[in-house]
Amino acid sequence: MTSHTIWEVPGGIHPPENKAQSMAQALVECPLAPEYILPLNQHIGAPSAPLVSVGQAVKKYQLIADAEGIFSAALHAPTSGTVSAIEERLIAHPSGLSAPCIVITPDGLDHACSLEPCEQPFELDHASIVTKIRNAGLIGMGGAGFPSAVKLNPHTNTPINTLIINGTECEPYITADDMLMQTQASELLEGVRLLAHTLGNPANVLIGVEDNKPDAIAALQEAAHTANQRHNCDINVVSFPTKYPSGGEKQLIYILTGQEVDSGKIPASMGIVVQNVGTAVAAWRAVRYGEPLIERITTVVGESLQVQRNMRVRIGTPMNFVLEQNGFMASQSARLIVGGPMMGYALEQTCVPVIKTTNCLLAPSHSEMPEAPPQQACIRCGHCAEACPAGLLPQQLYWYARSDEHEKLEAHHLFDCIECGACSYVCPSSIPLVQYYRAAKGDIRKTAEDKLKSDKARERFEHRQERLAKEEAAKEAKRQARKAAAELNKAKMAAQQAVGAVSPPPAAPANTTANHDPSAPVIPAIASAEELVANAATAAKAQQDPTLDKARLSRTVESLVSSIERLKAQMAEATTEGLEASRIEKMAAKLKQTELKAQEAQAKLDAFDKTLAAGSQVDAAAQKMMASPNAAAEKTLNSLQKRLSKAQELHLDAVNENKPSADALKQGVIKLEQKIEEAKQALNEAQSTASSSNSSSSEPQKPDAAAAAIERAKQKVQAAASMTPEQKAHAAVESLQKRLAKAQERYTKAQETHDENVEAFAIGVEKLELKLKAAMEAQKEGSEQA
Amino acid sequence: MLDWMINNPVPSALLVLAALSLSFGAILGFAAVKYKVEGDPLVEQIDALLPQTQCGQCGHPGCKPYAQAIADGEAINHCPPGGQATINNLASLLGVEAPSLDAEHGQAPEVKQVAYIREEDCIGCTKCIQACPVDAILGAQKKMHTVIESECTGCDLCVEPCPVDCIDLLPVKEGVKEWAWEKPDAHLIATDRAHSPNSAQASV
Repeated sequence: MTSHTIWEVPGGIHPPENKAQSMAQALVECPLAPEYILPLNQHIGAPSAPLVSVGQAVKKYQLIADAEGIFSAALHAPTSGTVSAIEERLIAHPSGLSAPCIVITPDGLDHACSLEPCEQPFELDHASIVTKIRNAGLIGMGGAGFPSAVKLNPHTNTPINTLIINGTECEPYITADDMLMQTQASELLEGVRLLAHTLGNPANVLIGVEDNKPDAIAALQEAAHTANQRHNCDINVVSFPTKYPSGGEKQLIYILTGQEVDSGKIPASMGIVVQNVGTAVAAWRAVRYGEPLIERITTVVGESLQVQRNMRVRIGTPMNFVLEQNGFMASQSARLIVGGPMMGYALEQTCVPVIKTTNCLLAPSHSEMPEAPPQQACIRCGHCAEACPAGLLPQQLYWYARSDEHEKLEAHHLFDCIECGACSYVCPSSIPLVQYYRAAKGDIRKTAEDKLKSDKARERFEHRQERLAKEEAAKEAKRQARKAAAELNKAKMAAQQAVGAVSPPPAAPANTTANHDPSAPVIPAIASAEELVANAATAAKAQQDPTLDKARLSRTVESLVSSIERLKAQMAEATTEGLEASRIEKMAAKLKQTELKAQEAQAKLDAFDKTLAAGSQVDAAAQKMMASPNAAAEKTLNSLQKRLSKAQELHLDAVNENKPSADALKQGVIKLEQKIEEAKQALNEAQSTASSSNSSSSEPQKPDAAAAAIERAKQKVQAAASMTPEQKAHAAVESLQKRLAKAQERYTKAQETHDENVEAFAIGVEKLELKLKAAMEAQKEGSEQA
Repeated sequence: MLDWMINNPVPSALLVLAALSLSFGAILGFAAVKYKVEGDPLVEQIDALLPQTQCGQCGHPGCKPYAQAIADGEAINHCPPGGQATINNLASLLGVEAPSLDAEHGQAPEVKQVAYIREEDCIGCTKCIQACPVDAILGAQKKMHTVIESECTGCDLCVEPCPVDCIDLLPVKEGVKEWAWEKPDAHLIATDRAHSPNSAQASV
């Protein structure tokens, strides 16, 4: 046993240890519970995916949920029984919220499925050991719950040179690791050897234990001595002075190696891997015996219990069941804390399950852990800065957290805070500092998420705007193309007429007569119309983003021109300086090339300008069209009248021939007549508005649904802002009544026309009626209160 | 030349200054053309602070237009979804005093909301799809529509156009992953404790 250098972490505190109570009794097995609740997300990362269905029979050790991706862990049945539910259940979490769980009702037989033991685990290669550990659902048992397989597979360029096994257990009350080290020392050493083997036998293998656990240290030293002699390895058990929080990963690394892990980095980047003692034992059992992680040692302690001890508890056992086994006196209990008194959190319900990371259940009495005294003003004593093991400035962080200054918090390295609670412990004003930091961390994360979401929303909004503009442009271009085609047709007809009038045989070839015929001016007209169409087509293409294209073209021209000038200057320089002829020639050739390019680009740009002009003509025409709603209305009226006459003909035919469809046709005629009436009204209106406000109607007002809705919402909000609650209620009722009337109208219409959605409309009406009733009641209540 | 300058110090100083100012002016003018920034960077910065719900409660059809309006001098307190936090951020960006939210444009929402379509009632009219500013509603003519929850900004512009009233705005469900610690109540001091709401409830 070689002595090992110890470094001392800054800060830290010495709270009362309270570890003797639970070490007085022997480790016992917790009996089978009436129900096991297994949350799907007990670890850091993605929740596991259930493999079983409700009603299915499962055996002990059976895989019931598989890892979903790399950052996840598998889940196994803690005993045999049936899956009674897969649903949201309350879990052990400071939020007191529910999460998806698999619930198993045990059959009491505890039948295990067959396992796959491995006689020679040290002959396995890295990949197969990691796979076995992964399949056993192992996660860090110290508290954070990081999937162990990921930790044993570090993707860093630095080779692992140090393996640290964390047996510190620095938090008061908790003795689960102490008990494990005392009772399973030899298995722990096998686990350590296995982990070292998996990591490629690093040079330093250290087991760190605080010096307040002499029995555990003695047991480990003996086991390590045996292992070192038998297997010729060098496992070092290092004890160091007790101080909270030496058990933090970064703190322990500093104590044992003197190296500090950079902010935001993981220890593996420095060639160090830290594993908890519980994880080492579980890894050994998983690889050697094929046993998945279905139980753990949990300290059950506190003065409101009749028995305080360590228990081997199956994962998923409800906490109230565990407490019952130890004579829990609810009347004396101040609260139930999961984890230790420093970093644990209080639970509101006791029906939550024990999970893979639950190392302690603390049920203190009122006298043992009185309620925290009220917070007082900060007196700037600086004790917190002395106590901080991470070397932060808790007081500064406190001020910034209080005033929500996120940037300054990050500048003061809030995210390096390990939330150990040392600062809150020493604060003479009993300010719950850690709570402020936790809240601030949550706030910062939420803000970052919101920012991501709003960025996404902005992108979607902009894409939508772009798409709408493009659709509009495409429609416009099509319209123009149609118009141009119509004009072309007209011109052609005119030409034919003209040709026909002058020379009766139209078969005469046009190009021979063109020089002398009076039809000569018609041919250019056709040509120009064709050109118009072509222009419109190019305009339609260019419409996608003509200005952008143009800008690009003109940029190219500019850059080419400037490079020509540069080349010329260089040539001049070269000739004056009398350089070799070949180089000057080369330059001249280059210059010529560039000039050609520039000409080409200029030509392109000119052509583009032309098309742009055509495009703007098209735009102007379109605006003109839109400016006169009369025209549109007239058009619809005309087409409707045409349709009506056709429908009437059809109807007459049908009546004459006594067809059964006559009735339907008649209805169609009636409907069309109605429509014509409406169109006429619209036309009248359009004419009246056009005459009354010519200037306003000249602006192309787009009937944009969104814009209209915004307008309405705006008015509503404005109206609502200036109202008393009574008025508000009244307004709500009124608007609901309006909506109801509208809905009823729609419904009756739908009934008349035998719409297939009649039922949906009916439901809509019913729902609105209900809402109206509720609103009216609310109004009544409001007025009564007033 | 030098003699003339020594003999006429005032005109020569003026000449030198004029020459300097001309040359600097030329440099600045050249830089202004050469390093011209496309678009208005201030508008982009303001837009980045707005919540991007595109709800139109500020009176502009989207967040970008409101950002433009702020850059042109409109008040910064017209955005209810952003709430006081957005106003504070805008105030610090623009270097002005942070006003409180203008009630004329509505109240800041207490909880985040998303639209939810009762799918059995939807008749497939596509009216909500046209109203949605962020394309968060999926559906087609005569086919059931649904809201993509992760994309919905809760702007409520789709509620009004629905003919069968099948869109509800529901508060976003908070799971374990979204949950965060709350800031402790800093205003409670020892003498307040007897009157705090918790102790009052306990004594009743």
